[in-house]
Amino acid sequence: MAEPAILSEAESRTESGSAGLVVSLRGVTKVYDSGVSALGPFDLDVRKGEFVSLLGPSGCGKSTALRLIAGLSEPTSGTVRVSRPAVAVSGGHSIGFVFQEPTLMPWTSVRENVRLPLKLAHVSAAQANARIDEALAQMALAEFADAYPRELSGGMKMRVSLARALVTDPDILLMDEPFAALDEITRFRLNNDLLALWRNLRKTVIFVTHSVFESVYLSQRVVVMTSRPGRFGTEIRIDVPEPRGEEFRTSAEYAGYCRMVSNALVPSYAGQPGS
Amino acid sequence: MNSLRNSPLQASSLQAPALSAGSATPDSRALRLVRILLPFVVLAVGIVAWELVVRLNDIPPYVLPGPSAVFRTLVGDWGVLSQSLLTTLLTTLEGFVAAAVGGIGLALLFNQSKWLEYSLFPYAVILQVTPVIAIAPLLLIYLPQQTAVIVCAWIVGFFPVLSNTTLGLNSVDRNLAGLFRLYGASPLQTLCYLKLPAALPFILGGLRIAGGLSLIGAVVAEIAAGSAGAGSGLAYRIAESGYRLNIPRMFAALLLLSVAGIVIYGLLALTSHLVLRRWHESALGKEN
Repeated sequence: MAEPAILSEAESRTESGSAGLVVSLRGVTKVYDSGVSALGPFDLDVRKGEFVSLLGPSGCGKSTALRLIAGLSEPTSGTVRVSRPAVAVSGGHSIGFVFQEPTLMPWTSVRENVRLPLKLAHVSAAQANARIDEALAQMALAEFADAYPRELSGGMKMRVSLARALVTDPDILLMDEPFAALDEITRFRLNNDLLALWRNLRKTVIFVTHSVFESVYLSQRVVVMTSRPGRFGTEIRIDVPEPRGEEFRTSAEYAGYCRMVSNALVPSYAGQPGS
Repeated sequence: MNSLRNSPLQASSLQAPALSAGSATPDSRALRLVRILLPFVVLAVGIVAWELVVRLNDIPPYVLPGPSAVFRTLVGDWGVLSQSLLTTLLTTLEGFVAAAVGGIGLALLFNQSKWLEYSLFPYAVILQVTPVIAIAPLLLIYLPQQTAVIVCAWIVGFFPVLSNTTLGLNSVDRNLAGLFRLYGASPLQTLCYLKLPAALPFILGGLRIAGGLSLIGAVVAEIAAGSAGAGSGLAYRIAESGYRLNIPRMFAALLLLSVAGIVIYGLLALTSHLVLRRWHESALGKEN
């Protein structure tokens, strides 16, 4: 079994053809202590500024892949390469992570929740305040800065979670089914907000979802995964000119892509009983 | 609060505090009044019945004093009793602080090192399950009386703090812990910004139990010290009055102990409520 490795940008740059890649997974597997094989071998390349969705049935290892990229868990074998350029601002962090749950600290206000990554990086209060204000404004949360998480709706909590991920000005935004627990109207609105953010800030986004419609609406590229263990199934490019909006959601083109992705998804759950 | 759902951008409606749910219908207000009043009615009926039984049967005060006799003793002996009350309260406070510091400190140590936890936790359990009334005489042999009393209060008080704090430190949200790791938090930062706040409701619950138990520990040690001791706590007064057949003073001292216990519990419950009221489910109105 190959030695697992997480390499830095400096090393990955020396390899030919990897310029512009911010995330590169090669033959990555993950076997949990219980013996369950969750992932792989799995390959994935993501270019700078791309919006990529990982789509698959639940239990296909897409969340595992995301946690490996974030460094929250170690691969059993294979290599995970994430480019981490030197951050320009103090308290900057190259990766932002949004969980399926809002994952806020219930004991403190929205503002203090968003402050957390900066506080952990020892950013001075004055510097931090300006950036917190900016992140809150980006997510239309300015007026809710002093509210406590429990006073907010599910969609609002998710906005706070997003603002917290953005406050460090990350290059890569990893999102683990962030809108799965929300109602459809809130989800549509947050989809649009996320697209607008991506267009304006030019982040690289890796978005895990089990919704065909969400993946087609948001991404430039949909990676369909097969399940148990999760592998690279097919890849579908969504070649639609930006900006996308509500009219895209109701267009025939959108429906066509959704059909294509749905068909690609069939083999990944065809063999499974009762799922 | 439901109006907030799905309308994330309506800022103004948020300012209505969520705790105003208490001002409900007149019906429920009357119900609450009854709930508060009923125990007092029971108390009044009990006192009257007690007094009547004593008077109608002409029971002498050294067998059973009536409430009026107890009250007269309470006022008449206030000098002695208040001094004793102060002594017992001070002991309880010292035992409680020791239990809080010891319990939280041990839990933090256990959280840092699994080996330490495996080695020491069984002994914490043994200390807890051995009846303190049986340990107290031994402690009185080896320690000065005042110290022995405080150690007794500590022994009974620290375990609930230890086990509750341990539970709290272990129930930190997994994803939040991951987030702290992602942002490279130091162990100290994780402790101060994540583990301690997350454990706070549990710690406060432990302290609430420890407050009452510290009083019990102090009383047990005072009783064990008994006539041999030079102490002047309330429990000592009870024992002393028993020997002298001064039954009204026994009742008066007992009454003061009960009131002290209630006040300690009330203060800790209030502290817990004030600390948690903005965010924790336990401190929020049911309607929310």
